[in-house]
Amino acid sequence: MANAQNTTAVPAKGSADAGSMTYIAPLAGWLLPGLGHLIQRRYIRGVLLMLSVFVMFFFGLGMQGKVYSFNTGDLLDILGFVGDIGSGALYFIAKSMDWGIGNIHRAVADYGTKFIVVAGLLNVIAAVDAYHIAIGKKQ
Amino acid sequence: MTFDLTHFSAALLFALCASVVFGITQRNTPRDMMRYGAYCFSLFIGGVIIASWLMWFIKH
Repeated sequence: MANAQNTTAVPAKGSADAGSMTYIAPLAGWLLPGLGHLIQRRYIRGVLLMLSVFVMFFFGLGMQGKVYSFNTGDLLDILGFVGDIGSGALYFIAKSMDWGIGNIHRAVADYGTKFIVVAGLLNVIAAVDAYHIAIGKKQ
Repeated sequence: MTFDLTHFSAALLFALCASVVFGITQRNTPRDMMRYGAYCFSLFIGGVIIASWLMWFIKH
C-alpha cells in the first residue's frame, strides 16, 4: 500500500506533467533566467543562475554596453543580436526602456557589450539544462 | 548609473558568473558542480594572468 502511494507522488516519465514540462521549462528559463530550474524545484541552482545572468546583463548595461537590435547588416551585429536575445525578458525590457545605447568613447563600454552578449549565451545554456532536467537526463 | 571597472575586475566578474553557470549546467551532483565551477574559475583567472604577463613581455 505504501509503495502504491509512493509511485503516485512522482509523475511517471512521459506523463502529461512531464510532457508539458519539456516545453515549459526551457521556455520559462529563456524568458526569465533561472525560472526553468525554479519551477522544477531546483531552487539553489535557479537562484544562482538568475544572479549570474542578471549581474552580467546589468553590469554590461552599467558599463554602457550596447544592446543590439534586429538587423541584417554586418555579420558580427547579427551574431550580437542572437546573443543578446538569449537573455529573454531582460533583452525586451532593455530595448523598451532604451537602455544599452552604447558609448564608443569609453573602452569599458566594449566590455559591457560583451557582458550583455555573454549573459544571453549563458542563459541559453541554462535553459538547455532546464530541458535536460525536464526530460530526466539530469537530476 | 555607470560602472567603471578595470580590465582585471571586469575579467574577475566575468569569470565568476561564467564559472557558476558552467558548474551548474555541466555537472550532475552539487559536489561536482562546485569542483568544476572552481576549476573553470581558476582557468579563467590563470588565463588572464598568463596573457597579461605575455603582453607585458611583448611590450618590454
